[in-house]
Amino acid sequence: MLERLREIGQKILVFLRYAGGIWALFIETLLWTFRPPLKRKHILEQMHKVGVQSLPIVFLTSLFTGMVLALQSAYQMQRISATMYIASLVSLSMCRELGPVLTALVVAGRVGASITAELGAMKVTEQVDALETLATNPVKYLVVPKFVALFFMLPILTVYADFIGIVGGYMVGVGKLGISSSLYLRMTFDPLVLKDVFTGLIKSFAFAVIICVVACFQGLNTEGGAEGVGKSTTLSVVMSFIMIIAADCFFTALFYFAF
Amino acid sequence: MIEIINLCKSFNDHMVFDNLNLTINTGETMVIIGRSGVGKSVLLKHIIGIMKPDSGQIIIDGTDITKLAGKELDNFRVRFGMLFQGAALFDSLTIEENIGFNLIEHSNMPKGDIRNRVAECLGLVGLKGIEDLKPAELSGGMKKRVGLARAICMNPEIMLYDEPTTGVDPIMGDAINDLIKNLHDKLKVTSVAVTHDMVSAYKIASRIAMLYKGKIVAVSTPNEIKSTTNPIVKQFITGAAIGPITENEEGEGGVR
Repeated sequence: MLERLREIGQKILVFLRYAGGIWALFIETLLWTFRPPLKRKHILEQMHKVGVQSLPIVFLTSLFTGMVLALQSAYQMQRISATMYIASLVSLSMCRELGPVLTALVVAGRVGASITAELGAMKVTEQVDALETLATNPVKYLVVPKFVALFFMLPILTVYADFIGIVGGYMVGVGKLGISSSLYLRMTFDPLVLKDVFTGLIKSFAFAVIICVVACFQGLNTEGGAEGVGKSTTLSVVMSFIMIIAADCFFTALFYFAF
Repeated sequence: MIEIINLCKSFNDHMVFDNLNLTINTGETMVIIGRSGVGKSVLLKHIIGIMKPDSGQIIIDGTDITKLAGKELDNFRVRFGMLFQGAALFDSLTIEENIGFNLIEHSNMPKGDIRNRVAECLGLVGLKGIEDLKPAELSGGMKKRVGLARAICMNPEIMLYDEPTTGVDPIMGDAINDLIKNLHDKLKVTSVAVTHDMVSAYKIASRIAMLYKGKIVAVSTPNEIKSTTNPIVKQFITGAAIGPITENEEGEGGVR
Protein backbone atom coordinates (compact mmCIF):
# COMPACT_ATOMS: atom_id res chain seq x y z
CA MET A 1 0.00 0.00 0.00
CA LEU A 2 2.77 2.38 1.05
CA GLU A 3 4.73 1.36 -2.04
CA ARG A 4 1.72 2.17 -4.25
CA LEU A 5 1.27 5.57 -2.60
CA ARG A 6 4.93 6.34 -3.12
CA GLU A 7 4.62 5.41 -6.78
CA ILE A 8 1.62 7.73 -7.23
CA GLY A 9 3.43 10.49 -5.38
CA GLN A 10 6.45 10.12 -7.60
CA LYS A 11 4.31 10.28 -10.74
CA ILE A 12 2.63 13.46 -9.48
CA LEU A 13 6.07 14.93 -8.77
CA VAL A 14 7.28 14.08 -12.28
CA PHE A 15 4.18 15.71 -13.77
CA LEU A 16 4.54 18.83 -11.63
CA ARG A 17 8.24 19.09 -12.50
CA TYR A 18 7.37 18.81 -16.21
CA ALA A 19 4.57 21.39 -16.03
CA GLY A 20 6.75 23.70 -13.95
CA GLY A 21 9.64 23.33 -16.39
CA ILE A 22 7.45 24.21 -19.37
CA TRP A 23 5.97 27.18 -17.54
CA ALA A 24 9.41 28.42 -16.45
CA LEU A 25 10.75 28.14 -20.02
CA PHE A 26 7.72 30.08 -21.31
CA ILE A 27 8.32 32.92 -18.84
CA GLU A 28 12.06 32.96 -19.56
CA THR A 29 11.36 33.04 -23.31
CA LEU A 30 8.95 35.96 -22.87
CA LEU A 31 11.51 37.90 -20.81
CA TRP A 32 14.26 37.35 -23.39
CA THR A 33 11.90 38.20 -26.27
CA PHE A 34 11.41 41.71 -24.92
CA ARG A 35 15.08 42.20 -24.08
CA PRO A 36 17.00 43.67 -27.03
CA PRO A 37 18.75 42.98 -29.28
CA LEU A 38 16.51 40.69 -31.34
CA LYS A 39 18.48 39.02 -34.13
CA ARG A 40 16.44 39.85 -37.24
CA LYS A 41 18.44 37.47 -39.41
CA HIS A 42 17.74 34.49 -37.14
CA ILE A 43 14.05 35.33 -36.88
CA LEU A 44 13.66 35.66 -40.67
CA GLU A 45 15.46 32.34 -41.18
CA GLN A 46 13.09 30.66 -38.73
CA MET A 47 10.05 32.33 -40.32
CA HIS A 48 11.10 30.82 -43.62
CA LYS A 49 11.59 27.37 -42.07
CA VAL A 50 8.42 27.46 -39.99
CA GLY A 51 6.10 29.34 -42.31
CA VAL A 52 7.10 29.32 -45.96
CA GLN A 53 8.29 25.72 -45.96
CA SER A 54 5.05 24.58 -44.28
CA LEU A 55 2.89 26.06 -47.03
CA PRO A 56 2.74 22.93 -49.23
CA ILE A 57 1.71 20.54 -46.45
CA VAL A 58 -0.81 23.02 -45.04
CA PHE A 59 -2.16 23.51 -48.57
CA LEU A 60 -2.71 19.79 -49.12
CA THR A 61 -4.17 19.12 -45.68
CA SER A 62 -6.69 21.93 -45.77
CA LEU A 63 -7.64 21.46 -49.42
CA PHE A 64 -8.51 17.81 -48.83
CA THR A 65 -10.21 18.59 -45.53
CA GLY A 66 -12.38 21.22 -47.24
CA MET A 67 -13.30 18.75 -49.98
CA VAL A 68 -14.05 15.92 -47.55
CA LEU A 69 -16.09 18.22 -45.36
CA ALA A 70 -18.23 19.24 -48.35
CA LEU A 71 -18.69 15.65 -49.49
CA GLN A 72 -19.53 14.28 -46.05
CA SER A 73 -22.04 17.00 -45.33
CA ALA A 74 -23.59 16.54 -48.79
CA TYR A 75 -24.40 12.99 -47.72
CA GLN A 76 -26.87 14.35 -45.16
CA MET A 77 -27.79 17.70 -46.70
CA GLN A 78 -28.96 16.17 -49.97
CA ARG A 79 -31.61 14.22 -48.08
CA ILE A 80 -33.18 17.41 -46.79
CA SER A 81 -32.47 19.37 -50.01
CA ALA A 82 -30.22 21.81 -48.21
CA THR A 83 -27.04 21.38 -50.25
CA MET A 84 -26.50 25.11 -50.54
CA TYR A 85 -25.81 25.23 -46.80
CA ILE A 86 -22.73 23.10 -47.37
CA ALA A 87 -20.88 26.31 -48.29
CA SER A 88 -21.65 27.91 -44.93
CA LEU A 89 -20.83 24.72 -43.09
CA VAL A 90 -17.44 24.44 -44.75
CA SER A 91 -16.48 28.06 -44.25
CA LEU A 92 -17.59 28.20 -40.61
CA SER A 93 -15.98 24.92 -39.61
CA MET A 94 -12.75 25.79 -41.39
CA CYS A 95 -12.44 29.25 -39.83
CA ARG A 96 -13.65 28.44 -36.33
CA GLU A 97 -12.17 25.01 -35.81
CA LEU A 98 -10.45 22.98 -38.50
CA GLY A 99 -8.19 25.69 -39.94
CA PRO A 100 -6.49 26.54 -36.63
CA VAL A 101 -6.41 23.00 -35.19
CA LEU A 102 -5.30 21.15 -38.33
CA THR A 103 -2.63 23.74 -39.07
CA ALA A 104 -1.36 23.54 -35.50
CA LEU A 105 -1.23 19.74 -35.60
CA VAL A 106 0.56 19.72 -38.95
CA VAL A 107 3.06 22.34 -37.76
CA ALA A 108 3.57 20.51 -34.44
CA GLY A 109 4.40 17.37 -36.40
CA ARG A 110 6.63 19.05 -38.94
CA VAL A 111 8.22 21.98 -37.12
CA GLY A 112 7.88 20.94 -33.46
CA ALA A 113 9.55 17.61 -34.13
CA SER A 114 12.39 19.24 -36.03
CA ILE A 115 12.93 21.84 -33.28
CA THR A 116 13.14 19.11 -30.62
CA ALA A 117 15.47 16.95 -32.71
CA GLU A 118 17.73 19.91 -33.47
CA LEU A 119 17.94 21.19 -29.89
CA GLY A 120 18.16 17.63 -28.54
CA ALA A 121 21.12 16.84 -30.78
CA MET A 122 22.75 20.11 -29.72
CA LYS A 123 22.18 19.22 -26.07
CA VAL A 124 23.68 15.74 -26.23
CA THR A 125 26.73 16.94 -28.19
CA GLU A 126 27.31 19.69 -25.59
CA GLN A 127 26.63 22.48 -28.09
CA VAL A 128 24.15 24.03 -25.66
CA ASP A 129 26.84 24.04 -22.94
CA ALA A 130 29.28 25.50 -25.48
CA LEU A 131 26.85 28.37 -26.11
CA GLU A 132 26.85 29.16 -22.40
CA THR A 133 30.64 29.12 -22.23
CA LEU A 134 30.61 31.62 -25.09
CA ALA A 135 28.57 33.96 -22.88
CA THR A 136 25.38 33.37 -24.87
CA ASN A 137 22.09 32.44 -23.25
CA PRO A 138 20.67 29.36 -25.02
CA VAL A 139 17.07 30.54 -24.55
CA LYS A 140 17.84 33.92 -26.12
CA TYR A 141 19.89 32.45 -28.97
CA LEU A 142 17.94 29.27 -29.74
CA VAL A 143 14.40 29.59 -28.40
CA VAL A 144 13.47 33.25 -28.94
CA PRO A 145 13.84 33.32 -32.77
CA LYS A 146 11.72 30.15 -33.04
CA PHE A 147 9.16 31.58 -30.64
CA VAL A 148 8.77 34.87 -32.50
CA ALA A 149 8.68 33.08 -35.88
CA LEU A 150 6.01 30.59 -34.80
CA PHE A 151 3.97 33.25 -33.03
CA PHE A 152 3.60 35.25 -36.24
CA MET A 153 3.68 32.49 -38.85
CA LEU A 154 1.13 30.08 -37.36
CA PRO A 155 -1.77 32.59 -37.51
CA ILE A 156 -0.76 33.47 -41.09
CA LEU A 157 -0.71 29.78 -41.99
CA THR A 158 -4.10 29.44 -40.31
CA VAL A 159 -5.67 32.17 -42.46
CA TYR A 160 -4.10 30.48 -45.48
CA ALA A 161 -5.57 27.12 -44.39
CA ASP A 162 -9.02 28.69 -43.89
CA PHE A 163 -8.92 30.05 -47.42
CA ILE A 164 -7.64 26.84 -49.03
CA GLY A 165 -10.24 24.78 -47.14
CA ILE A 166 -12.97 27.01 -48.50
CA VAL A 167 -11.51 26.58 -51.99
CA GLY A 168 -11.61 22.79 -51.49
CA GLY A 169 -15.27 22.98 -50.47
CA TYR A 170 -15.98 25.24 -53.45
CA MET A 171 -14.42 22.73 -55.86
CA VAL A 172 -16.67 19.94 -54.60
CA GLY A 173 -19.76 22.12 -54.13
CA VAL A 174 -19.63 23.75 -57.55
CA GLY A 175 -17.88 21.03 -59.53
CA LYS A 176 -19.56 17.93 -58.16
CA LEU A 177 -22.73 18.89 -56.32
CA GLY A 178 -23.97 21.37 -58.89
CA ILE A 179 -24.35 24.45 -56.68
CA SER A 180 -23.95 27.63 -58.72
CA SER A 181 -20.69 29.51 -58.17
CA SER A 182 -22.32 32.79 -57.10
CA LEU A 183 -24.67 31.05 -54.67
CA TYR A 184 -21.80 29.04 -53.18
CA LEU A 185 -19.71 32.17 -52.64
CA ARG A 186 -22.64 34.08 -51.14
CA MET A 187 -23.43 31.17 -48.81
CA THR A 188 -19.75 30.97 -47.87
CA PHE A 189 -19.20 34.60 -46.91
CA ASP A 190 -22.67 35.76 -45.78
CA PRO A 191 -22.77 33.84 -42.47
CA LEU A 192 -19.07 34.38 -41.85
CA VAL A 193 -18.46 37.23 -39.43
CA LEU A 194 -15.16 38.67 -38.31
CA LYS A 195 -15.59 37.00 -34.92
CA ASP A 196 -15.36 33.56 -36.53
CA VAL A 197 -11.99 34.28 -38.05
CA PHE A 198 -10.72 36.08 -34.95
CA THR A 199 -11.58 33.32 -32.50
CA GLY A 200 -9.68 30.94 -34.78
CA LEU A 201 -6.73 33.29 -34.82
CA ILE A 202 -6.66 33.67 -31.04
CA LYS A 203 -6.50 29.87 -30.83
CA SER A 204 -3.63 29.75 -33.28
CA PHE A 205 -1.58 32.23 -31.22
CA ALA A 206 -2.03 29.94 -28.21
CA PHE A 207 -1.14 26.86 -30.29
CA ALA A 208 2.03 28.58 -31.51
CA VAL A 209 3.13 29.13 -27.91
CA ILE A 210 2.37 25.49 -27.05
CA ILE A 211 4.26 24.06 -30.04
CA CYS A 212 7.34 26.20 -29.49
CA VAL A 213 7.63 25.91 -25.72
CA VAL A 214 6.95 22.16 -25.60
CA ALA A 215 9.35 21.43 -28.48
CA CYS A 216 12.13 23.59 -27.04
CA PHE A 217 11.64 22.26 -23.51
CA GLN A 218 11.88 18.67 -24.71
CA GLY A 219 14.91 19.48 -26.84
CA LEU A 220 16.81 21.33 -24.12
CA ASN A 221 16.10 18.56 -21.60
CA THR A 222 17.24 15.71 -23.84
CA GLU A 223 19.59 13.19 -22.28
CA GLY A 224 21.13 9.96 -23.45
CA GLY A 225 22.55 10.28 -26.97
CA ALA A 226 20.73 9.41 -30.17
CA GLU A 227 18.15 7.29 -28.38
CA GLY A 228 17.37 10.21 -26.09
CA VAL A 229 16.86 12.51 -29.08
CA GLY A 230 14.37 10.01 -30.54
CA LYS A 231 12.47 9.73 -27.28
CA SER A 232 12.35 13.51 -26.80
CA THR A 233 11.09 14.05 -30.34
CA THR A 234 8.29 11.52 -29.93
CA LEU A 235 7.31 12.93 -26.56
CA SER A 236 7.40 16.46 -27.94
CA VAL A 237 4.91 15.65 -30.73
CA VAL A 238 2.65 13.63 -28.41
CA MET A 239 2.60 16.34 -25.73
CA SER A 240 2.02 19.10 -28.30
CA PHE A 241 -0.91 17.19 -29.82
CA ILE A 242 -2.53 16.58 -26.43
CA MET A 243 -2.02 20.16 -25.30
CA ILE A 244 -3.29 21.60 -28.60
CA ILE A 245 -6.50 19.55 -28.40
CA ALA A 246 -6.96 20.41 -24.72
CA ALA A 247 -6.35 24.12 -25.37
CA ASP A 248 -8.77 23.96 -28.31
CA CYS A 249 -11.46 22.53 -26.07
CA PHE A 250 -10.77 25.23 -23.46
CA PHE A 251 -10.89 28.12 -25.96
CA THR A 252 -13.96 26.79 -27.77
CA ALA A 253 -15.80 26.59 -24.44
CA LEU A 254 -14.55 30.04 -23.46
CA PHE A 255 -15.69 31.65 -26.74
CA TYR A 256 -19.00 29.80 -26.64
CA PHE A 257 -19.86 31.13 -23.22
CA ALA A 258 -18.12 34.51 -23.42
CA PHE A 259 -19.25 35.73 -26.85
CA MET B 1 43.92 31.71 -8.93
CA ILE B 2 41.03 29.23 -8.79
CA GLU B 3 40.10 28.02 -5.31
CA ILE B 4 37.54 25.24 -5.02
CA ILE B 5 36.37 25.08 -1.43
CA ASN B 6 34.20 22.33 0.12
CA LEU B 7 32.38 21.64 -3.13
CA CYS B 8 29.45 19.24 -2.80
CA LYS B 9 27.22 18.01 -5.61
CA SER B 10 24.94 15.03 -6.01
CA PHE B 11 22.63 13.79 -8.76
CA ASN B 12 19.62 11.72 -7.66
CA ASP B 13 21.23 10.61 -4.39
CA HIS B 14 24.52 9.81 -6.16
CA MET B 15 27.26 11.87 -4.51
CA VAL B 16 29.66 13.25 -7.15
CA PHE B 17 31.63 15.75 -5.03
CA ASP B 18 32.00 15.31 -1.32
CA ASN B 19 33.66 18.41 0.19
CA LEU B 20 36.11 18.68 -2.68
CA ASN B 21 38.99 21.13 -2.21
CA LEU B 22 41.54 22.16 -4.82
CA THR B 23 43.62 25.25 -5.53
CA ILE B 24 44.88 26.03 -9.03
CA ASN B 25 47.57 28.70 -9.19
CA THR B 26 47.63 31.44 -11.79
CA GLY B 27 49.62 30.43 -14.85
CA GLU B 28 49.87 26.72 -14.09
CA THR B 29 48.36 23.81 -15.97
CA MET B 30 46.46 21.59 -13.58
CA VAL B 31 45.54 18.19 -14.96
CA ILE B 32 42.75 16.37 -13.17
CA ILE B 33 42.86 12.62 -13.64
CA GLY B 34 40.35 10.00 -12.62
CA ARG B 35 38.29 7.14 -13.95
CA SER B 36 35.51 7.68 -16.46
CA GLY B 37 32.32 8.71 -14.72
CA VAL B 38 34.04 10.04 -11.62
CA GLY B 39 32.84 13.60 -12.31
CA LYS B 40 35.81 15.24 -14.03
CA SER B 41 33.74 16.95 -16.72
CA VAL B 42 31.19 17.93 -14.09
CA LEU B 43 33.98 19.67 -12.18
CA LEU B 44 34.96 21.69 -15.26
CA LYS B 45 31.32 22.66 -15.78
CA HIS B 46 31.20 23.88 -12.20
CA ILE B 47 34.34 25.97 -12.68
CA ILE B 48 32.80 27.76 -15.67
CA GLY B 49 29.41 28.07 -13.99
CA ILE B 50 27.31 25.87 -16.31
CA MET B 51 26.44 23.75 -13.28
CA LYS B 52 25.74 24.98 -9.77
CA PRO B 53 26.98 23.07 -6.74
CA ASP B 54 24.73 21.96 -3.88
CA SER B 55 27.14 23.76 -1.55
CA GLY B 56 30.67 25.09 -1.51
CA GLN B 57 32.49 27.87 -3.31
CA ILE B 58 34.60 28.29 -6.44
CA ILE B 59 36.55 31.50 -6.05
CA ILE B 60 38.26 32.78 -9.18
CA ASP B 61 40.52 35.77 -8.57
CA GLY B 62 38.39 36.82 -5.61
CA THR B 63 34.96 36.28 -7.24
CA ASP B 64 32.76 33.35 -6.25
CA ILE B 65 31.40 32.12 -9.59
CA THR B 66 28.74 30.00 -7.90
CA LYS B 67 27.05 33.22 -6.76
CA LEU B 68 26.98 34.85 -10.20
CA ALA B 69 24.02 34.69 -12.58
CA GLY B 70 22.69 36.31 -15.75
CA LYS B 71 24.66 39.16 -17.29
CA GLU B 72 27.32 39.13 -14.54
CA LEU B 73 28.04 35.46 -15.18
CA ASP B 74 28.15 36.02 -18.96
CA ASN B 75 30.59 38.91 -18.53
CA PHE B 76 32.74 36.79 -16.24
CA ARG B 77 32.73 33.87 -18.67
CA VAL B 78 34.42 35.92 -21.36
CA ARG B 79 37.61 35.31 -19.34
CA PHE B 80 37.29 31.56 -20.01
CA GLY B 81 37.88 29.38 -23.03
CA MET B 82 36.65 25.82 -23.01
CA LEU B 83 37.46 22.89 -25.27
CA PHE B 84 34.75 20.24 -25.13
CA GLN B 85 35.30 16.51 -25.39
CA GLY B 86 33.54 16.25 -28.76
CA ALA B 87 34.60 19.82 -29.69
CA ALA B 88 30.89 20.87 -29.57
CA LEU B 89 31.13 22.94 -32.74
CA PHE B 90 27.84 24.42 -33.90
CA ASP B 91 26.74 22.21 -36.82
CA SER B 92 24.69 24.88 -38.54
CA LEU B 93 27.50 27.45 -38.66
CA THR B 94 30.67 27.58 -40.75
CA ILE B 95 34.10 27.22 -39.16
CA GLU B 96 34.55 30.99 -39.35
CA GLU B 97 31.21 31.62 -37.65
CA ASN B 98 32.10 29.03 -35.01
CA ILE B 99 35.48 30.50 -34.15
CA GLY B 100 34.33 34.10 -34.38
CA PHE B 101 31.04 33.35 -32.57
CA ASN B 102 31.72 35.64 -29.65
CA LEU B 103 32.94 38.49 -31.86
CA ILE B 104 29.95 38.17 -34.21
CA GLU B 105 27.40 37.94 -31.38
CA HIS B 106 28.84 40.28 -28.80
CA SER B 107 31.01 42.87 -30.53
CA ASN B 108 30.73 45.45 -33.28
CA MET B 109 33.97 44.35 -34.91
CA PRO B 110 33.87 44.77 -38.72
CA LYS B 111 33.56 41.56 -40.76
CA GLY B 112 37.03 41.85 -42.25
CA ASP B 113 38.67 42.14 -38.83
CA ILE B 114 36.71 39.12 -37.58
CA ARG B 115 37.91 37.13 -40.59
CA ASN B 116 41.51 38.13 -39.84
CA ARG B 117 41.17 37.18 -36.17
CA VAL B 118 39.66 33.80 -37.15
CA ALA B 119 42.53 33.14 -39.56
CA GLU B 120 44.99 34.08 -36.80
CA CYS B 121 43.37 31.63 -34.35
CA LEU B 122 43.30 28.91 -37.01
CA GLY B 123 47.00 29.57 -37.60
CA LEU B 124 47.72 29.10 -33.88
CA VAL B 125 46.22 25.59 -34.04
CA GLY B 126 47.98 24.79 -37.32
CA LEU B 127 45.07 25.04 -39.74
CA LYS B 128 44.28 27.37 -42.62
CA GLY B 129 41.84 27.86 -45.46
CA ILE B 130 38.91 25.99 -43.88
CA GLU B 131 36.92 29.05 -42.81
CA ASP B 132 33.97 28.37 -45.10
CA LEU B 133 33.60 24.65 -44.38
CA LYS B 134 30.97 23.21 -42.06
CA PRO B 135 32.01 21.12 -39.00
CA ALA B 136 30.57 17.95 -40.60
CA GLU B 137 33.23 18.20 -43.31
CA LEU B 138 36.12 17.97 -40.82
CA SER B 139 37.87 14.97 -39.26
CA GLY B 140 37.76 14.39 -35.49
CA GLY B 141 41.23 15.82 -34.92
CA MET B 142 40.49 18.91 -36.99
CA LYS B 143 37.26 19.47 -35.08
CA LYS B 144 39.19 19.41 -31.81
CA ARG B 145 41.67 21.94 -33.18
CA VAL B 146 38.85 24.19 -34.40
CA GLY B 147 37.27 23.83 -30.94
CA LEU B 148 40.57 24.96 -29.51
CA ALA B 149 40.73 27.91 -31.93
CA ARG B 150 37.21 28.93 -30.86
CA ALA B 151 38.21 28.71 -27.20
CA ILE B 152 41.21 31.00 -27.62
CA CYS B 153 39.53 33.53 -29.91
CA MET B 154 38.68 35.96 -27.08
CA ASN B 155 42.17 35.73 -25.49
CA PRO B 156 40.98 33.91 -22.36
CA GLU B 157 42.83 34.08 -19.05
CA ILE B 158 41.68 30.60 -18.08
CA MET B 159 41.48 27.60 -20.42
CA LEU B 160 39.48 24.48 -19.62
CA TYR B 161 40.10 21.28 -21.56
CA ASP B 162 37.68 18.36 -21.35
CA GLU B 163 39.49 15.20 -22.46
CA PRO B 164 41.54 17.00 -25.12
CA THR B 165 43.08 13.82 -26.60
CA THR B 166 40.09 11.48 -26.39
CA GLY B 167 38.76 10.28 -29.73
CA VAL B 168 41.79 11.22 -31.82
CA ASP B 169 44.66 9.01 -32.96
CA PRO B 170 47.86 8.99 -30.84
CA ILE B 171 49.77 11.19 -33.30
CA MET B 172 47.01 13.77 -33.43
CA GLY B 173 46.73 13.42 -29.65
CA ASP B 174 50.36 14.35 -29.28
CA ALA B 175 49.94 17.25 -31.69
CA ILE B 176 47.07 18.51 -29.51
CA ASN B 177 49.26 18.14 -26.41
CA ASP B 178 51.92 20.24 -28.13
CA LEU B 179 49.31 22.83 -29.02
CA ILE B 180 48.09 23.03 -25.44
CA LYS B 181 51.67 23.38 -24.21
CA ASN B 182 52.46 26.04 -26.81
CA LEU B 183 49.30 27.98 -26.08
CA HIS B 184 50.12 27.86 -22.40
CA ASP B 185 53.64 29.11 -22.99
CA LYS B 186 52.61 31.78 -25.52
CA LEU B 187 49.42 33.09 -23.94
CA LYS B 188 50.40 32.51 -20.27
CA VAL B 189 46.92 31.24 -19.42
CA THR B 190 45.86 29.29 -16.36
CA SER B 191 44.75 25.89 -17.63
CA VAL B 192 42.67 23.10 -16.19
CA ALA B 193 42.52 19.86 -18.15
CA VAL B 194 40.67 16.68 -17.28
CA THR B 195 41.82 13.45 -18.83
CA HIS B 196 42.45 9.79 -18.22
CA ASP B 197 45.24 9.74 -20.80
CA MET B 198 48.39 9.63 -18.67
CA VAL B 199 50.74 10.36 -21.60
CA SER B 200 48.89 13.62 -22.16
CA ALA B 201 48.78 14.36 -18.43
CA TYR B 202 52.56 13.97 -17.98
CA LYS B 203 53.24 16.09 -21.03
CA ILE B 204 51.10 19.14 -20.34
CA ALA B 205 50.75 19.25 -16.55
CA SER B 206 52.44 21.59 -14.10
CA ARG B 207 50.63 19.61 -11.41
CA ILE B 208 48.36 16.58 -11.49
CA ALA B 209 45.38 16.06 -9.18
CA MET B 210 43.54 12.78 -8.83
CA LEU B 211 39.77 12.82 -8.35
CA TYR B 212 38.43 9.76 -6.59
CA LYS B 213 35.11 9.21 -4.82
CA GLY B 214 34.19 12.89 -4.82
CA LYS B 215 37.47 14.14 -3.37
CA ILE B 216 40.92 15.10 -4.59
CA VAL B 217 43.08 12.31 -3.17
CA ALA B 218 46.46 13.53 -4.39
CA VAL B 219 48.01 16.67 -5.90
CA SER B 220 51.62 16.69 -7.06
CA THR B 221 53.96 17.37 -9.94
CA PRO B 222 54.12 14.78 -12.76
CA ASN B 223 57.45 13.45 -11.45
CA GLU B 224 56.15 13.03 -7.91
CA ILE B 225 53.03 11.31 -9.23
CA LYS B 226 55.16 8.81 -11.15
CA SER B 227 56.87 7.73 -7.95
CA THR B 228 53.79 7.90 -5.73
CA THR B 229 53.16 5.41 -2.95
CA ASN B 230 49.44 6.17 -2.78
CA PRO B 231 47.87 2.82 -3.81
CA ILE B 232 44.85 4.47 -5.50
CA VAL B 233 46.96 6.81 -7.63
CA LYS B 234 49.43 4.03 -8.32
CA GLN B 235 46.73 1.71 -9.64
CA PHE B 236 45.34 4.44 -11.87
CA ILE B 237 48.60 5.59 -13.43
CA THR B 238 49.81 2.07 -14.03
CA GLY B 239 46.41 1.03 -15.36
CA ALA B 240 46.30 -2.14 -13.25
CA ALA B 241 42.99 -4.01 -13.38
CA ILE B 242 43.35 -5.17 -9.79
CA GLY B 243 43.77 -2.76 -6.92
CA PRO B 244 41.91 -0.57 -4.41
CA ILE B 245 39.93 1.37 -7.07
CA THR B 246 38.37 -1.66 -8.72
CA GLU B 247 37.76 -3.37 -5.36
CA ASN B 248 35.85 -0.35 -4.03
CA GLU B 249 34.00 0.68 -7.15
CA GLU B 250 32.43 -2.64 -8.08
CA GLY B 251 28.75 -2.20 -8.67
CA GLU B 252 28.78 1.60 -8.30
CA GLY B 253 27.35 3.92 -10.94
CA GLY B 254 28.92 7.10 -12.22
CA VAL B 255 28.43 10.40 -14.00
CA ARG B 256 30.16 12.00 -16.90
